[in-house]
Amino acid sequence: MTVINEMNMSFESRSSNEGFARSAAAAFIAQLDPTIGELNDIRTAVSEAVTNCVVHAYKNEIGKITVNVKLLSDNSVIVRIHDSGCGIENIKQAMEPLFTTAPSEDRAGLGFAVMQSFTDKVSVRSKPGRGTTVTLKKALSRRLSNG
Amino acid sequence: MKCRISFDNRTMTVQLFGEIDHHSARLIREQTDRLIHQKKPRELRLDFSSVSFMDSSGIGLIMGRYRMMGLYGGYLKAVNVPRELEKLMLLSGLGTLDIIENERQEMTSDSY
Repeated sequence: MTVINEMNMSFESRSSNEGFARSAAAAFIAQLDPTIGELNDIRTAVSEAVTNCVVHAYKNEIGKITVNVKLLSDNSVIVRIHDSGCGIENIKQAMEPLFTTAPSEDRAGLGFAVMQSFTDKVSVRSKPGRGTTVTLKKALSRRLSNG
Repeated sequence: MKCRISFDNRTMTVQLFGEIDHHSARLIREQTDRLIHQKKPRELRLDFSSVSFMDSSGIGLIMGRYRMMGLYGGYLKAVNVPRELEKLMLLSGLGTLDIIENERQEMTSDSY
């Protein structure tokens, strides 16, 4: 599998950037001619990952979030969302549906569950005090018009 | 993202617009909660017909209002939910609460 195109962006962990991040990632991926449903899935998953950075990684501070998107020759995409925030102590627990550390803010605890349902593979690497990287993979349907 | 709130007897309708995420949910929450406390409606209708995007922050928004309405002895309905949003709502278990109310006008008019 070769990378046919790649994009990097970096922005501050302000909640107003959540919409920018998912829209920019989706706009870049649009060149693979995904279906509207696939693009909506990616937009939703990216939004969940970036929101986690804003709400949890940089709880009471503004930090830097980077998003890397790779388009692969087999018509799949890899989106990597990285922060240098507080990190996750217990990744397994954090990924359990309905688990949240911020119930008072109406957080449903569904971020990772949504990422998992809306993409093919979610992997999380994290070091407490150092930051977290979430990698989302999704294969897009092959359509005749492609290319 | 803005919302328009109207009252009809003891029914409070919140017409939502645009994209619902963590950023916009906070603004919607501030606007609706104040009025729920004030007016204590019997029914809260969240109208999603003009919502183009929603992530799990929208689920948190619905669940929080659902609980609040329960405390006042009222109930909540999510109405005119676009298909793309329904996927997320069902995944989140909202389907079991029986609060999604879709008239599906487009389906009935298309079928003949």
